[in-house]
Amino acid sequence: MTFDRRDFLKISAGAAGAAAVGGLTGCATSSASVGGAKAKIVVVGAGYGGSTFARYMKMWSPQAHVTVIEPNDFFTSCPFSNTVLGGINSMEDITFSYDTVKKQVDQWVADKVTAIDTGKRTVTTAGGKTFAYDRLVLAGGIELLFDKVEGYDAEARKTIKHGWKAGPDQTGVLRKQLEAMPDGGTFVMSVPMAPYRCPPGPYERACLVATYFKQAKPRSKVIVLDGNPDIASKKGLFLAAWKKHFGYGTDNSMIDYRPNNMPRSVNPKTMMVGTEFDDVKGDVINVVPPMRAAAITGMAGVRDGNNGTWCTIDYRTFESTVVPNVHVLGDSALTNFPKSGSVANNTGKMCAAAIAEILAGRQPDQAPVVTNTCYSATGQGTAFHVATVFRYDAAGNKMVAQKGGGVSKEESELEMAYMESWAKNVWADTLGLPESHNFSVKG
Amino acid sequence: MTLVAAGVLGSVAQAYAVDTRARFMAANCAYCHGPDGKSRGAIPSLAGMDKAYFVDQMKAFRDNTRPNTVMTKHAMGYTDAEYEALGAWFSAIK
Repeated sequence: MTFDRRDFLKISAGAAGAAAVGGLTGCATSSASVGGAKAKIVVVGAGYGGSTFARYMKMWSPQAHVTVIEPNDFFTSCPFSNTVLGGINSMEDITFSYDTVKKQVDQWVADKVTAIDTGKRTVTTAGGKTFAYDRLVLAGGIELLFDKVEGYDAEARKTIKHGWKAGPDQTGVLRKQLEAMPDGGTFVMSVPMAPYRCPPGPYERACLVATYFKQAKPRSKVIVLDGNPDIASKKGLFLAAWKKHFGYGTDNSMIDYRPNNMPRSVNPKTMMVGTEFDDVKGDVINVVPPMRAAAITGMAGVRDGNNGTWCTIDYRTFESTVVPNVHVLGDSALTNFPKSGSVANNTGKMCAAAIAEILAGRQPDQAPVVTNTCYSATGQGTAFHVATVFRYDAAGNKMVAQKGGGVSKEESELEMAYMESWAKNVWADTLGLPESHNFSVKG
Repeated sequence: MTLVAAGVLGSVAQAYAVDTRARFMAANCAYCHGPDGKSRGAIPSLAGMDKAYFVDQMKAFRDNTRPNTVMTKHAMGYTDAEYEALGAWFSAIK
């Protein structure tokens, strides 16, 4: 007897699961087609979600054949990239090799995916190679929609950086622009409409750039153009930090926060950002355009949710609800999790755990528990967090935030030490860095 | 660790030896407490921690009788049975 793994998943996830699993488990232990076969798993993208998934898939299901397709030679962390803008860390401090992951997986392909055929179950790369899969894991993060901002064309992008995908061409250039800016200059940054990658990130960025200005360019200003009606994350903590350290609320505030100010246009020649209300001139402009799930999810036809912007998934497996055998991790998924590095890291493990169970002929955990912990730095030697435990509710097909979650009482030096430790541990976990790895990052 | 080692040797052994739910829940802690509960930096390691001590601390965090920054928020999200499973998992890591 053979049975489709998708069918197994459907049956086992359904109301008749308990009865069906008994029979199928017996089948699985006697059938080489499930437990013994080398399932081909292709992972696209090796960020917090994809790299973690690939490592845990091999640890928990060593017999699976795991291929990772990732165009970048190095992993550059978005978390802590604001500290590079603040001059606390350098690009080197947040950049890591993929050496361990490359050794753990069966195949590493340094290329970009150009086509996905979910009917034939194949992935094709720019280099012209085609890879067949039994399960495809899409961990491509986000796609930035520059055409939603007038004038944000390829030429403008040489001058105006978003810094929302960390790397030398974004974070690195933005830092150099800040260094070159004269004292008394204006840094104009933006916050996209929720949901977006890293909800507290923009407000943290305001803190870190203001930290640099306070120390090196004290007559300079940070203007925050927020598309949202209010601070979208850790509001009380950011307002307290802005007041305590940067004079927010006084005439001498280094931070000028403007809600309901969605950037509609940019002009790199005049260095103006246009909103619905007025034009704002900046010496350095940092506009983060609207975003949606990564382009590869569009190729696979799984960008079905929220008017075709994000991907709906089954929380028990992270499998797309519209295309079988395609799983979507991290920021691309439409969930009620924040789009954080911690969540991407843990969704990688949730998906690996579920597929490992399926490959072993068992039912995935029907009540998974997963956490998010997200720290933000003030730049002033302190940090604060938000933490939530989520538990799957099968009846409502949703993840329910458990009682007791929430934010820090106040910023503290202790939490900055924890934030630094979090970074080292999540990098070690995502990339398999050895215990002897010597981190250079500073809190 | 003998159970984990057996799991590596064969999927059948793994199927009956490893509490895969506990394994995933424990892996959940890794982004702060390090892979296999071995932390780098200021956050404490969990690897090799005595099971009874682990369970007692989770209860103390839950009841807010042990001062902490973030752990009450986590402890309140898990059941007593899950404290036991996590404690058993981490205590077995050498």
